[in-house]
Order: sequence, then C-alpha cells, then structure tokens
Amino acid sequence: MMYFGEGVVKGMMVTLKAFVASYFKGPEDGGLFTVEYPEQRLPEKENFRNFPFLIYDNTPDNLRCVACDICAKECPPKCIYIVREFDKDNKPLKRPAVFNIDHTVCMNCGICEEACPFDAIYMDHNFEIASAERNENLLFRKDKLLKSNEYFHKIRPTDAMAIDERRAAAEAKKKAAEAAAAQKAAAAQAAPKPAALPAEPPKAE
Amino acid sequence: MNKIFEAKDINLAGINSSLLEVNIGPQHPSTHGVFRMNAVLDGEVIVSLKPVMGYLHRNHEQIAENMSYAASMPYTDRLDYFNSMSNNLGYALSVEKLAGLEVPERAEYIRVIMAELTRLINHIAVIGFLLNDLGAFFTPVLYAFREREKILDIFEEISGSRMMCNYLRFGGVKRDLSPAILERIRGVVTAFPRFLEEFETLLTKNEILCMRCQNVGVLSPELAVNASITGPLLRASGVNYDIRKVDGYSVYPRFQFKVPLGPKGDVYDRYYVRILEMRESLKILDQALSTIPAGEIMSKKMIPFLKSPRNFKPPVGEAYARVEAPKGELGFYVVSDGTPQPWRYHVRAPSFINLTILEDMCLGQKVADAIIILGSVDIVLGEVDR
Repeated sequence: MMYFGEGVVKGMMVTLKAFVASYFKGPEDGGLFTVEYPEQRLPEKENFRNFPFLIYDNTPDNLRCVACDICAKECPPKCIYIVREFDKDNKPLKRPAVFNIDHTVCMNCGICEEACPFDAIYMDHNFEIASAERNENLLFRKDKLLKSNEYFHKIRPTDAMAIDERRAAAEAKKKAAEAAAAQKAAAAQAAPKPAALPAEPPKAE
Repeated sequence: MNKIFEAKDINLAGINSSLLEVNIGPQHPSTHGVFRMNAVLDGEVIVSLKPVMGYLHRNHEQIAENMSYAASMPYTDRLDYFNSMSNNLGYALSVEKLAGLEVPERAEYIRVIMAELTRLINHIAVIGFLLNDLGAFFTPVLYAFREREKILDIFEEISGSRMMCNYLRFGGVKRDLSPAILERIRGVVTAFPRFLEEFETLLTKNEILCMRCQNVGVLSPELAVNASITGPLLRASGVNYDIRKVDGYSVYPRFQFKVPLGPKGDVYDRYYVRILEMRESLKILDQALSTIPAGEIMSKKMIPFLKSPRNFKPPVGEAYARVEAPKGELGFYVVSDGTPQPWRYHVRAPSFINLTILEDMCLGQKVADAIIILGSVDIVLGEVDR
C-alpha cells in the first residue's frame, strides 16, 4: 500500500540522484552527459555525411569528374548543375566547366556518391557552413567544391583506401588489356596475311 | 462522431456566457509542429474541436511520382523524422513486393534491429514530450533524450546521419554492421532496462501524472476500430492488433514477444503501453542480436541498380506493404507502369489517421486535457501533412 505522495517523492529521489551524480560521476555512470560545443567536440564518425565535394588526384586540374551528368539526374532535389567544358573547336571535353551545388537545396542524402561511376563525388564532413548571406555563400561553385584525395583519406580512411585499391586494380586491368590489345595487333601485323583474315580486327581501346 | 457536448451540470443561471472559440496553434509548443486545433469552449470545457492540418504539406507523393524509385528513399526519412528507419523499411518492403525481390537473411535481421531501435527512440521521446505537455517542463524529456542520443550515435555511425538515415535499399541495406557496432548495440540494449526502471520510478507511480492522465481522453475499442486507429493508441484501448504479429513481415515471426494491451484506453494506458512495448522491443533486439546470421547484405539482383537507380524498372503492377511503425500502421502503396518512376505512390500515414479521432476524445474534457490528449496521440507533422 502506497501512501499519497510516495510516487512523487520517489521520483524526486531520482532527480536528486542525477543531480548529485552530475558533480561526481562520468557520463557513463549517469553523470554529466553534455558536450559543450564548440569548445568541446565529439569525435567525427567516419561514415558521417554532410555536403558533397568533388575529388581530384594530385592537382586541382586533374579532377575525376567527367561531367557525365549522372549525379545531377539522380539527385532527388535536383541541386546539382553541371555544364560540360568545350575546347576551341567546340569539341566536348571530359570535364565540367560549371559545377554548382546549392546548399540550400541539398538534403545530404548521399545518392550522388552512390550513383557516381567515376568515384568523383563524395560526401564531406564539413557541417559548419552557416553564413549570413544565402545566395553567394551557400551556392558552392566548382573551385569551392574541389578537394584533394588526401583530404578524403583524412576524413574517411576506410572508404578512401577501398576506393583507391579498386581504382588501382581497374587501372592495372585497363593497362593489361591495352597491352594485350597492342600485342595482339602487333602479332596480327607480323603474321602472314591469310592467317589474319578470319580474325576480327583488333578493337581500339 | 459530431455530438455536441451538453453542459447540463454547469449552472449558468445569471451568468451571461457564450461559447468561446480558441485557436491552439499553429505555432504552439504543445502542438508538436505546425498544427492548429480549432476549439470551441464553454467555460473551460471543450464543446467542439477541429484539427486543422496542412501547414507542412510538401507534396511528398507527387514528388515521388516524378523521380526514380530509389530517389524517394531519402524523402521517406522526412515523413516521420523521429523514425526514419521504419519509414525506410515500409517503403523498401512495398517496392520489394512490387518487384518480387528476395532479401538476404542478414539484411532482414539488420532491418529488424534498426526498426526496433527506432521504436525505442520514438517511445521514450513521446513519453518525454507528453510529460512536457503535462507541465513537467523538460526534465523527463532530457532523461529520454540522454538515452536517445546513444542510439542516434549508432545510427550516425552506420548510416551517416543521425535522423535522416536513408539506410535501407531495395533488396538489402546500405552498409554492413561491423562486430564492433553490433557490440555497441548490445551495450545499449543491456543498459536500456536500467534506464527504463529509472524512468518508471520517475513517472509511473507519480500521483500528479496519475491524476492528470487516468480517465482522461478515453477511447473506446469500438470507436478505435471504426476509425481505423492503429498502433499504441489502439492497443491501449485493448484491441490486440499488432502488424508484426498479424502480417509477420520480414523475420518478425521468428521472435518471441508479447503485444501489451491497455485496460481502459485513457492517456495513462497509452503512456504505459508504450513503456511495455519498449520492454518487448528489447526482447526482440536481444533475440535478433544473438541469432543474427553472417552473409550477404544486398540481394544479388539489386547490386547493379545501386549504381544506376534509373534503370530499375519494376514490372507493371501494384503493391501495398505495411509495417508496424512506432506510431501505427505505416503503409506504402506503389503502382508501377513499367517506367523508372512509380505511376502512383501513396503513403498511409499513421499519425494522420490517428488524428481523426481527436475531437471524440476531447469532447467534454478541459482545455488543459486536450493538450495532453494530443500529446498522447503521438503525431509528427512531417507525416500528418506529408
């Protein structure tokens, strides 16, 4: 049998316990839990995704993006805007002239990263992008989006290693295929003509 | 449903009184978002109460009909932003049903673990906010959010985002759970009962809570069934209906758990049913964590479509899949015409349908009780208005 007010008193004991613990105990044992951002920060989680960035190898001219427009098409809120670069003879180049991402529209879903077939766009960890001006400062243009592969290794080492290994393997495979094709072509040229006739002409890589 | 309360017992002789119309909301801390209650009061008693919604309408369904199937997965996170994982699960199940996809065992277990973790998050947060509405300003909420934070950290680690997880994919999940994360989830699950004990000591037998909540906003089982109420609201009225048991989707039939029912259907029962449901969720989590098999996390058929979601074209047909989301029956109805976009996409949002009963529960109650009745219905305006 409970007397009236026992529940309230017992509840108050819980809060009293928490109050005392907040002075003497760590966060694991029921003590203070708060992290006083921005002076204190929690360690960054590797998989944390915030805003996309464009990745380049070695120099900023050497960016991986080929302006294929796949991320812009897959982007759910359509926040990516890409214009392909053309050379003097109006021939399309495999690089973007304009690459804009609007941060006011982007919802950080990470679909661009998943859809990109060239490992060119990845999600960043930078979440402190607040700004007093929303038109120019929150529209991220190409120069603001470009970040090096080293930066990617710094923020997401596991993913970056796996991707680099995959890219290296693909590169090696491509080189081997090219070498094999060159060898085949050389062999076809060296061989007497009747023998080469039924074979397919070597495909240019 | 529209009976007018007759204030027979109130002696109005000699008092020049008339009905007073009060708008609670749309921007009011107790309305849990931009939601308005158009209440007509006789003194302090509610005579009529009309919920007014639509302030947060974002055209979710139309947007989803204009993009590829996979691209609306992140939008489902934003329906009920407390429980993005169960929203993902509902949508993934409906598209898998449409396309006839098999999901690997391990992925199913991961999905169940995630869905149950969201249930824990939702129920503690809801109870905290209910106490907020009662006037226990922010103490219970912060106790609840302390535990919620631990689960959100796990979500951030595996999916990349605390609330907008976007973690499930058609035919599997986005990323495997490492043994370290499974160990952390187990840590949360083993530490959670201690927190629940503390939380219950703080609240369950508190006389103020009992007096404010018992016999307030009673919902009869007949009315609940007729108005197609689902979730803890229905079970608090004593109707044994849990889609995890009724439908047995995913791998739920393999787990032993009970469906807690409330005796009366008042606000207190809704509070207590949620506490009991958390205990059952912990049982499911315990079983799932100890029996999770090794293996693939994505169906082989769907791996190529991860890179090119636009090429994923389910066969012509329609599918409806539902899950027991923490708020009730969350259903996704998808019609395919063989193109990369759904021809029709509809969400059966539990909080929207649970809101339809609000007036019937509030009639004859005091204004202050209307606030806690709304708090006990558990709505999220992202889902109500879509």
